[in-house]
Amino acid sequence: MPGTVQSIERAAAVLRLLAGGTGRLTLGDIAHSLDLAKGTTHGILRTLKAVGFVEQDRVSGHYQLGAAVLRLGTSFLDINELRSRSINWADPLAARSGEAVRIGTVLDGEVLVVHHVFRPDDTFQTLEVGALLPLHATALGKALLAYSAAGAHPAPDLDRFTHRTLVTARALSTELNHIRTVGHSVEVEEFTPGEAAVAAPIRGHGGLVVGAIGISGHVERVCDTHYQPHPRLVAYVRDAARAVSRDLTAAER
Amino acid sequence: MTESYVVAIDQGTTSTRCIVFDRRGQLVSLAQQEHKQYFPKPGWVEHDALEIWRNVERLGPEALRRAGITESQVAAVGIANQRETTVVWDRVTGRPVGHAIVWQDTRTDTLVNRLARAPGADAVHERSALPLATYFSGPRVRWMLDRTPGLRERAERGEVLFGTMETWLIWKLTGGLHVTDVTNASRTMLLDVHTLDWSPESLAFFGIPREMLPEVRPSVGVFGTARSAFPGVRIGAALGDQQAALFGQTCFTPGEAKCTYGTGSFLLLNTGAELVRSTHGLLSTVAYQIDGEPAAYALEGSIAITGSLVQWFRDQLELIASAPEIETLARTVADNGGCYIVPAFSGLFAPHWRSEARGVVVGLTSYITKGHLARAVLEATAWQIREVVDAMNADSGLTLKTLKVDGGMTADNLLMQFQADVLDVPVVRPLASETVSLGAAYAAGLAVGYWPDLEGLRQNWHRAAQWLPTMDSALRDREYGNWKRAVSRTLDWIEPS
Ligand SMILES: Nc1ncnc2c1ncn2[C@@H]1O[C@H](COP(=O)(O)OP(=O)(O)OP(=O)(O)O)[C@@H](O)[C@H]1O
Ligand SMILES: [Mg+2]
Repeated sequence: MPGTVQSIERAAAVLRLLAGGTGRLTLGDIAHSLDLAKGTTHGILRTLKAVGFVEQDRVSGHYQLGAAVLRLGTSFLDINELRSRSINWADPLAARSGEAVRIGTVLDGEVLVVHHVFRPDDTFQTLEVGALLPLHATALGKALLAYSAAGAHPAPDLDRFTHRTLVTARALSTELNHIRTVGHSVEVEEFTPGEAAVAAPIRGHGGLVVGAIGISGHVERVCDTHYQPHPRLVAYVRDAARAVSRDLTAAER
Repeated sequence: MTESYVVAIDQGTTSTRCIVFDRRGQLVSLAQQEHKQYFPKPGWVEHDALEIWRNVERLGPEALRRAGITESQVAAVGIANQRETTVVWDRVTGRPVGHAIVWQDTRTDTLVNRLARAPGADAVHERSALPLATYFSGPRVRWMLDRTPGLRERAERGEVLFGTMETWLIWKLTGGLHVTDVTNASRTMLLDVHTLDWSPESLAFFGIPREMLPEVRPSVGVFGTARSAFPGVRIGAALGDQQAALFGQTCFTPGEAKCTYGTGSFLLLNTGAELVRSTHGLLSTVAYQIDGEPAAYALEGSIAITGSLVQWFRDQLELIASAPEIETLARTVADNGGCYIVPAFSGLFAPHWRSEARGVVVGLTSYITKGHLARAVLEATAWQIREVVDAMNADSGLTLKTLKVDGGMTADNLLMQFQADVLDVPVVRPLASETVSLGAAYAAGLAVGYWPDLEGLRQNWHRAAQWLPTMDSALRDREYGNWKRAVSRTLDWIEPS
């Protein structure tokens, strides 16, 4: 088979075998089933163990599917680590834009707010870390959806929050396509009347989108009279997203 | 006209950062690198000063590159540094004599005990406003002079030089300028905090030759011009990292305070032109001195081990892969399960000052999981801060109304909420968590007129986050009681030798 990678095929076979079996398998079982040398099999198992796809029982040494395989669809970057690594870039974004900043990741079909910087006007505001937001009706959510597998097939009935919320799969699909083209998302009174937001994806290793960062504020401040976000604000958001992504993928800061 | 910037070097205990700031005090770029920690014996902590210098030499240009700017666009560079860490080097070759001895190092404990009983000890305490403790650099210099054959003679001949980290870096940056600033000098025990110069009596007490000491300068003022790392750029300021954070938080008025959560944690209260002597276990220290103006002083509550307990949990126990994961792990349980950790790794600093104390984990039962331990790790930081806040309230006669915080641990929401809960006051984070660097940048920018005055800097301070207390007071009192009992278990562990 030209163009395929043998070790990945073998790794896939190991995973299928572990997923199909009822109990735990020994190294010998796996090597025997796949007709592979023990050394080769061990190398594959060790790599799969390192990425969390395989677990090994500490006492018996038997192998089974790892928890990460079951959580493949959810974030692999610890949310508190994401906050720590982005805090230095979220602050300047708030300062430059004059708006509140939020960072979100996907959790069970919603946006989980993992970091929140107040709008820098020293008015009373409440920390919203831990809040959940709808994916389809927010800039953060749409930026996350646009680059996730879930975004490829939006749910058919979407909750309506305002008369501007995108509630059909088709409208949302078009929007997500547009986001992938331009590289950022915009929300204009789709979740809260009078509020607008801009967001961009944060990428981790391998280009995987691990979160989104964005600003939100009064529509009159964020947008021009045609309900388009000010290009200056869009640029700030994209710069911040790029800076965080660079930090996440750099071996050192 | 091309935009200009100010650069800060934050030479910390675990890492060195170079940060470029813009006119609004916002971070433009950052380059950071950790350096190796040497633990040759229990209680000993060392750094390689040359490694640190090489990091600065590399990180400076790297930060400029990331900002897309050149040296000609840098108005000034400011230095903030880990304090009390002691470097001795050869004036001619520039080679350090052994490793730098780090502020957490307790090797001078026997020496300090002996000196404490020597005649003149009270007067040293009086002049330096510091208690005799292993924490400060003076005893370290004495230890090196005693232990290194021939070093004392070379020091007397001016062949070897002493400096804290900023002195070492300025010497390397300028190619031979031997200076320190008042804040760093105030941590040696050798400075007279009123005259702001080396005290001949204190030098005699410690047996340290004047020839090896740097010249003491104001913190804010041009020290010289860099020849390497930032060729041609003026060095506009140097301050100890904690004083820099006070400056970065714009605590310029007496009564303003901040707490920085890094390797250790440090609460500083600006007391203005007046040096206030603590009766509750705090230190008096120089906060900053602007060239041509009188010095401002501060009361300080120093805690040796806070973030480094998280690092210990990560590197020595290997229960987490990264520091922020401590919060994830701590959130797997609802409370500490009755477990408390008191990290007296270097003895206890403020407000106890007990060098013979060592760390304990108490309340262990078979119920305790790693989640409970993670909670106890985070709670240890918050309770230690509570102790120094209590001391500060008692000393100042005022009650702290909100706590301004900064530093790496403020990214931890569980910790910040718990901090608000145990203090029963709001905890506020400003729109700049790298306040150590920001303070060094502010100070350097002021020195060269990049920023006009302190008032202008204040306008840059904005609230980025706030945590409000929600804990029931009975629970708070009970937990604080448990914490105090846990602290009492650490005392008298190391037996006098
Ligand atoms: N999310 C977190 N929760 C708890 N602790 C954390 C978190 N993130 C970082 N830390 C701890 O904070 C410390 C890092 O903070 P910071 O970067 O302010 O310190 P530092 O400036 O490097 O310290 P120093 O100046 O002494 O080298 C580390 O000790 C780390 O263990
Ligand atoms: Mg620091």
